[in-house]
Amino acid sequence: MKPILEVKNMTMDFGGLRAIDSLDITINQGEIIALIGPNGAGKTTFFNCITGIYTPTSGDIHISPPHGEPQRINGLKPNVITKKGLARTFQNIRLFTSMTVLENVMIGCHAVTKAGVLGAIFRGPATKAEESRIVEKSYSILEKMGLARYVNDLAVNLPYGAQRRLEIARAMATDPFLLLLDEPAAGMNPQETRALDELILRLRDREGVAILLIEHDMKLVMSLSEKIYVVDYGKKIGEGTPEEIRNNPAVIKAYLGEEIDA
Amino acid sequence: MDLEYFFQLFLGGLTRGSIYALIALGYTMVYGIIQLINFAHGEIYMIGAFTGLIVSSVLTMVGMPIPAVVILAAMAAIIYSCSYGYTMEKIAYKPLRKAPRLSALISAIGMSLFLQNYVLLAQTSDFLPFPSLIPDFDFWEPYAHIITSPELVIIMTTVVVMILLTFLIKFTKIGKAMRATSQDKMMAALLGINVDKVISVTFIVGSATAAIGGILIASHIGQINFYMGFIAGIKAFVAAVLGGIGSIPGAVLGALVLGWTESFFAGYISSDYEDVFAFLFLVLILIFRPSGILGRSETQKV
Amino acid sequence: MTAKNELTKSLMASIWFMFLTFPIMVIRVNTVTDTIEWRWQNMFAVGFGAFFLSMLWRYLIRKKEMSGKKDSQSRKSPIYQVIRDQKFALPGLAAIAVFTILFPHIFSMYQTNIMISALIYVMLGLGLNIVIGLAGLLDLGYVAFFAVGAYSYALLNLHYGITFWIALPLGGLLGAVAGIILGYPVLRLRGDYLAIVTLGFGEIIRLVMENWNEFSFGPSGIANIPKPGFFGMELSLHATTIYIFYTIVALVIFTIFVINRLENSRIGRAWIALKDDEIACQAMGIDKARTKLRAFALGATWAGMGGVVFAAKTTFINPASFTIWESVIILCTVVLGGMGSIPGVICGAMLLILLPEYLRDFGEFRMITFGSVLVLMMVFRPGGMIENVRKTYQFKK
Ligand SMILES: Nc1ncnc2c1ncn2[C@@H]1O[C@H](COP(=O)(O)OP(=O)(O)O)[C@@H](O)[C@H]1O
Ligand SMILES: [Mg+2]
Repeated sequence: MKPILEVKNMTMDFGGLRAIDSLDITINQGEIIALIGPNGAGKTTFFNCITGIYTPTSGDIHISPPHGEPQRINGLKPNVITKKGLARTFQNIRLFTSMTVLENVMIGCHAVTKAGVLGAIFRGPATKAEESRIVEKSYSILEKMGLARYVNDLAVNLPYGAQRRLEIARAMATDPFLLLLDEPAAGMNPQETRALDELILRLRDREGVAILLIEHDMKLVMSLSEKIYVVDYGKKIGEGTPEEIRNNPAVIKAYLGEEIDA
Repeated sequence: MDLEYFFQLFLGGLTRGSIYALIALGYTMVYGIIQLINFAHGEIYMIGAFTGLIVSSVLTMVGMPIPAVVILAAMAAIIYSCSYGYTMEKIAYKPLRKAPRLSALISAIGMSLFLQNYVLLAQTSDFLPFPSLIPDFDFWEPYAHIITSPELVIIMTTVVVMILLTFLIKFTKIGKAMRATSQDKMMAALLGINVDKVISVTFIVGSATAAIGGILIASHIGQINFYMGFIAGIKAFVAAVLGGIGSIPGAVLGALVLGWTESFFAGYISSDYEDVFAFLFLVLILIFRPSGILGRSETQKV
Repeated sequence: MTAKNELTKSLMASIWFMFLTFPIMVIRVNTVTDTIEWRWQNMFAVGFGAFFLSMLWRYLIRKKEMSGKKDSQSRKSPIYQVIRDQKFALPGLAAIAVFTILFPHIFSMYQTNIMISALIYVMLGLGLNIVIGLAGLLDLGYVAFFAVGAYSYALLNLHYGITFWIALPLGGLLGAVAGIILGYPVLRLRGDYLAIVTLGFGEIIRLVMENWNEFSFGPSGIANIPKPGFFGMELSLHATTIYIFYTIVALVIFTIFVINRLENSRIGRAWIALKDDEIACQAMGIDKARTKLRAFALGATWAGMGGVVFAAKTTFINPASFTIWESVIILCTVVLGGMGSIPGVICGAMLLILLPEYLRDFGEFRMITFGSVLVLMMVFRPGGMIENVRKTYQFKK
């Protein structure tokens, strides 16, 4: 299998606080990987580092896109990293509140389109074609996510679970090879979570994206992921298949009291 | 180099800086608590000066002795500035606590425009002469060529205000509540702190120091008008940002640095571009060190 | 019980505001003659006004808290329904067109001149709308670009004899360049710092114009700026006014056309995304710096062109026309009309510029009203008079 993301020895400090402590993580093409750990363990910070929102204090982040050159992406701007094929969702939903659902997804197409100011003003054939391509593509993504009935609604007016799915839809519009999901099931009811489980599998199987998942819902994590990384206080305290993690004493200790196989 | 001239500029800068500091405190405290640049803060300072002038004139005309006039006028100025600060927060900012920051900022600009023109319409657009409330003390006569008594009073007052304020914030219950609220409003509320009250108190304290600054400078310069708050407000804001907005010692330090730089710039180079200089200074700080001298640089949590 | 409660609250508010406004509204000291003027009538006016206004205030706040959710998309404002409805849109547009064409012939030159000013503000408002309404960048130095346009025409004409029609695009271009020059250093700044820095830039430009006599002729300004010529012909004063009127009408139409296209394009969507959430916007692959610069440049272009028209209309400019308050007025037109909404900004500018002209007595209350408008709109109707409604798309099943 071919690794598409390799993080080596990454550390992130905030002043005196070491949020991530020499972490190594590898993801192969087509895998679903989970990153778990107690609150404040540094999981979101890890996402922020690899998507360029923070610049890690030290360490290496390498990507090898399926159709591109392998490269180091430390310190690149978030938009550049997105263009290279890493897309993400946010733990605390960050939709574009004054835009419609469709437009939120259309924004995701920004990276893979190119109409400029003059194109927008003169609206020539190329721009028109591109614009209708964006609309079609966005709508078809919404259909796949089961959001088609909301197309023209304002994103803020969606129910909570639908907002989470819209975040995924928006990320998919950037044509990623790796999708980073930060607690996608947070605040969802059991039915919605089950639907999410299927959705994530479908994304991997039909769209061919690898998925890195941060999640607290252990049932979801255990059923979906091929491999799980466990972090606590920024350090990796365990990695392995769901079965291995379930029986790992260090992990059980970190989660002391929290049910892991619920 | 003419040492005496240098010294004069130094003390002139110190006086100027002290005034800026008194105003800058209000900006920095409000910013620390609700992350709002209170554009209308300069207007509170202007209203303090106007109230001081009106009350002192009335009292002088009815023949009250000077020391009593000074004390009563100062008290009236402080009380009124505080009341305006309090009311302003309730009307223009409280309803916008959950709104985007842009909204609160626009509201603040509106408030500033409103208060300026309110004073313009109710009083006058002309410059009004302001009595010099601080006399030249006889005992200070021998040193007066270095620093005049009013300047001395300004500097001393600023020092006293700073000490009181530090005490308030470090050791009183409300001060602790203020610090807690500035760190995390939600958490503070959960711990039983009345956030609304803390915010009101912050506005009141900031307004009081601005009022003190307002009377001091008005009596030092000798005239006021409705527009005086704007440029002073901007400069105090520059001082607050220079020091690191949200930091109280930062505001004082920033104010002194700005006061000295302006004083030396005007004294040695040119006074034509004095105001341009303050703005340029601000632009440069914000671009090269947005967190100011004492401010912490923060990465936004995502 | 609640009624009594309400009355008590209003009474308290009334007393509080009488106290608050007492020194400034009631007492006026004349320091020359040493007399005091007591204006007790003001106190009663304030008390009376505060009593009812506080009632209205509480009612509106309650109403706002109850409606809560953002619903501009589902509950479109009536004006929008009229605009979007084909049945009304065509006849409406036709009526506006006819009125506009006839305007300078029906009304006096004085009226036409006022209308020209209002239309210049419409253009400025629409330009600032890109920066604030779409991209969410609070630019308080917008008037600087207006000054750049006006001074470009005045100086280029003075030194090189450049005519209006060449100066017009040049003014726009120089405005855009100034926008980028201002925009570049402030790219990293957070929203509220941006406001102050742009304000600073605006003032710097004005102060430089005031002090740099050799370049800009200082406070005395530049006079005798020629009005636009008509294919080399000299027109009478009356004819020139009409000519400028049609010119600015054409420019406004052009502005609306361009901004409307931008708004619903890839560029415009990027601006709105940037306004809504900078972090998420970048995570969608949008280059923040480039998007901001585009907004600054494209916003400033209209101010630059507006400046050229302004200089040609008044034939005289000096720094006093370009104070920070001018920026605030333009901001006010955008906020009142509706941030991001083209029809809103047009109505806002028309209202705010024409109303004070026609209500002469109102003139001195102009600025205080603007201040109140900014606060009240933010508190009660942040979307403005005509809220922006996003484009909808139809799909066949
Ligand atoms: N921008 C920041 N500045 C300072 N500390 C931060 C910042 N972002 C995260 N942290 C800290 O890093 C630690 C890890 O946080 P986070 O990555 O959000 O945890 P998780 O997502 O695993 O719950 C926490 O202690 C948090 O307070
Ligand atoms: Mg997290």
